[in-house]
Amino acid sequence: MAEVSLHKLNKRFEAFHAVKDVDLQIRDKEFVVLVGPSGCGKTTTLRMIAGLEAVSDGEIRIDNTVVNEVPPMDRDIAMVFQNYALYPHMSVASNMAFGLKMRKFQKAEIEERIKRAATILGIESLLGRKPRQLSGGQRQRVALGRAIVRDPKVFLFDEPLSNLDAKLRVQMRVELKKLHERLGTTAIYVTHDQVEAMTLGDRVVVMKDGVVQQVGEPLELYNTPANRFVAGFIGSPAMNFAEVTLAESGGRLVAEAPGLKISLPPELAKHGRTNLGRGATLGIRPEDIHIAGPEDDAGHCFDASVEVVEQLGSEILLDTRVGSALFMASIDPTIRVRPHEKLRLALKPDRLHLFDAESEKAL
Amino acid sequence: MIEGALWRRWVFYNIPLILFVFVLLFPFYWMIVTSFRPDGELYRPWNAMNYMPFWTNKPTLEHFRYLFEETDFGRWMVNTMFIAVVSTLISLFCGVLAGYALARLNFPFAGSLGTVIFVTYLVPQTLLFIPLAEIIRDFHLGDTPWSLILTYPTFLIPFCTWLMMGYFKAIPKELEECARIDGASRWKAMLYIIIPIAVPGILSSGIIAFTLSWNEFIYALVFLSSPEQKTVAVGVTSELIRGDVFFWGSLMAGALLGSVPVAIVYSFFVEHYVSGLTGSVKG
Repeated sequence: MAEVSLHKLNKRFEAFHAVKDVDLQIRDKEFVVLVGPSGCGKTTTLRMIAGLEAVSDGEIRIDNTVVNEVPPMDRDIAMVFQNYALYPHMSVASNMAFGLKMRKFQKAEIEERIKRAATILGIESLLGRKPRQLSGGQRQRVALGRAIVRDPKVFLFDEPLSNLDAKLRVQMRVELKKLHERLGTTAIYVTHDQVEAMTLGDRVVVMKDGVVQQVGEPLELYNTPANRFVAGFIGSPAMNFAEVTLAESGGRLVAEAPGLKISLPPELAKHGRTNLGRGATLGIRPEDIHIAGPEDDAGHCFDASVEVVEQLGSEILLDTRVGSALFMASIDPTIRVRPHEKLRLALKPDRLHLFDAESEKAL
Repeated sequence: MIEGALWRRWVFYNIPLILFVFVLLFPFYWMIVTSFRPDGELYRPWNAMNYMPFWTNKPTLEHFRYLFEETDFGRWMVNTMFIAVVSTLISLFCGVLAGYALARLNFPFAGSLGTVIFVTYLVPQTLLFIPLAEIIRDFHLGDTPWSLILTYPTFLIPFCTWLMMGYFKAIPKELEECARIDGASRWKAMLYIIIPIAVPGILSSGIIAFTLSWNEFIYALVFLSSPEQKTVAVGVTSELIRGDVFFWGSLMAGALLGSVPVAIVYSFFVEHYVSGLTGSVKG
C-alpha cells in the first residue's frame, strides 16, 4: 500500500522529448489508468516509475521517498508486461517463486503465498506446467500471480490485456477490477483502450505527445472533457465535431456551419461569447443525437442525409452527412432507417461541447 | 514439400536432394574405404585389370596399426582435445559476457565496437600468424599447447561474441526487466534468467568454436614443431606425407579417427544446435 507522486517528470531520448512535465498524485489503494494513443508517453512514464528508464528531470516518490536513483529491485513494485514476460525455462510455480527467492523468503512462506495466489486466480492445476503449455489467458493469470505473491507496494500494468482476444479481454477486465477491490493495492495501469480506462480506473489520466491532457474520474472526462483531444478520445463511438462560427441572433448565441445552425444553451453561450467572431469547434456525442420529434426546439435540429446504417442490435449507428461535416448518431434500434434517406435530427442542447478552434481547450 | 505432379517433385526436390547428399557424403565414403584398403589395392594403376576404386574385398586394419604404432597419433588426439576444449571454454566465457554487454548494456560506441569485433574476425589468419608468431616467441610459448590455446581465441572470441550477441538480442528484454523488478540485480537476472534461456545459443557457439579449433591448421603448423606436441591436423599431414610419398591409407585412417570427436559432439547436441541457429525462444 503506498502513495505514488510524480513531480514535473520529464524524459528525453536524445532529441525526442517523450514525457513533458507530468504531475500526478496517486493516492493509496487507488487504481489509476494512463491512457492515450501510441507514442503519447504513457508507457515511458510507467517504466520510469518502475525504474526501467532513468528520469531525465523531475521526481518520483513512492510513499514519500524519492526513488529516482533507486534500482527497480528495491522499489517494491510488481509489473505485469504486455507479453507477460514469463520465464520460459521455469514452471509456473517457479515463475511465481522467483521474486520471493530473490528476496530470500523462507521456503514454507513461498509455498504458502503461491498457493494463496493460485487459488485467487484459479490456476492451482497449472503450477507444474511450463509457460509454453499455457493458453494466452492462462499466461495472463500466471503473470498476475507472479505480481500478487510479492505483495508489493504498487502494481504496474503495461497493457496487460492487449494480447488477448476480445471476449477474454472483457472477462479479464472484470477479474482485474475484482482483484484490485480484494487486494486494495495501489495500481497504475497503462492502456491505449479508452473502454479499459473507463471501466477500470478510479481516475483516468489522458496523455498526448508526452503531456497530461486531463486527470479525472471516468465520468468527469466523459461529461466535461478539458479539450478537444480528450473529448474525441474518451467515448465510443467518438464525439462528432463541426467547425463553427459563433454569432448573436435574437439574443441567443448561435453556432453556424454549412447546413447547421444550432442555438446554444445559456450556460454554454456565456463561455462561448468570449470567442464571438472567432472560430470554434462544436462537439456532440453520437448518443446525444436522436431523430427529431415535435418536442424538439427548431434551434436544436438539423437536416442530415444517411450514408451508412450500422445495426448493432442494441442501437443503430447512422453515419450521416450534415453540410460538409460527418456526424454519427446513435438511435433507437426499433426505428427503420435506410441508406441515402434524408432525416431531421435533433441534439440535446445541454450535452453540447464547445472548444476554441486554436487552443482546442473547452470553452 | 513441393506440391504438384510427380515429375515436378522429382525434378525440383528428389533429384537435387540426392545429388546434394551424394556430394556431401562421398568424401566421407572415400575416406572410409581408403583407410581400410590394403596398399596393394591403393597403389594399383587405374588401367589395371582388377582396378576397383570404390570397394575392397580384403579390408585391413594395417593403416590404423601403423598410425598408432609408428606415429604419435594418440598423443596428437590428446593434444588436440586439450587445446580445443580449453580454447573453446575461454572463448565461450568471453563471448557470452561480451555478447551480452553489446546486446543489452547501453554504453557509448556499443554499435561500432560490435562492428570492430566482427572485423577482427575477418582478418585472415594467413596474415595474423606473422605478428602472432613474434608474440609467441617473445613469451617463450612456442612449441607448447598454450601457443594455440591463447591464439585460437583471436578468431573464436569475435565469432562467439557475434553469435551470442544475436542470440541475446532475440530474447525479449521484458524477461530481464521483469526479473529486475522481481528483485534480481542485473547480474542475477543474467545468471538465472538470460543464460539458461540462451543455452541453445551457447551450445551452438561452443560446438562451432570446438570444431574450428579442432580443425585449425595454420597456427598449429607454425607454432608447434616437435612431433609429440602436434595436433591431429598438422601431425597427420606432416608425418604421413614424406616428401612426395603419401601414406594414403594411414592419412585417411587419421582423418577418419580425427573426425570422430567432432561427429560425436554434433550428434549429441544436434537438437539444441538447430534451435540455437534458428534463434527460437519460446515465450
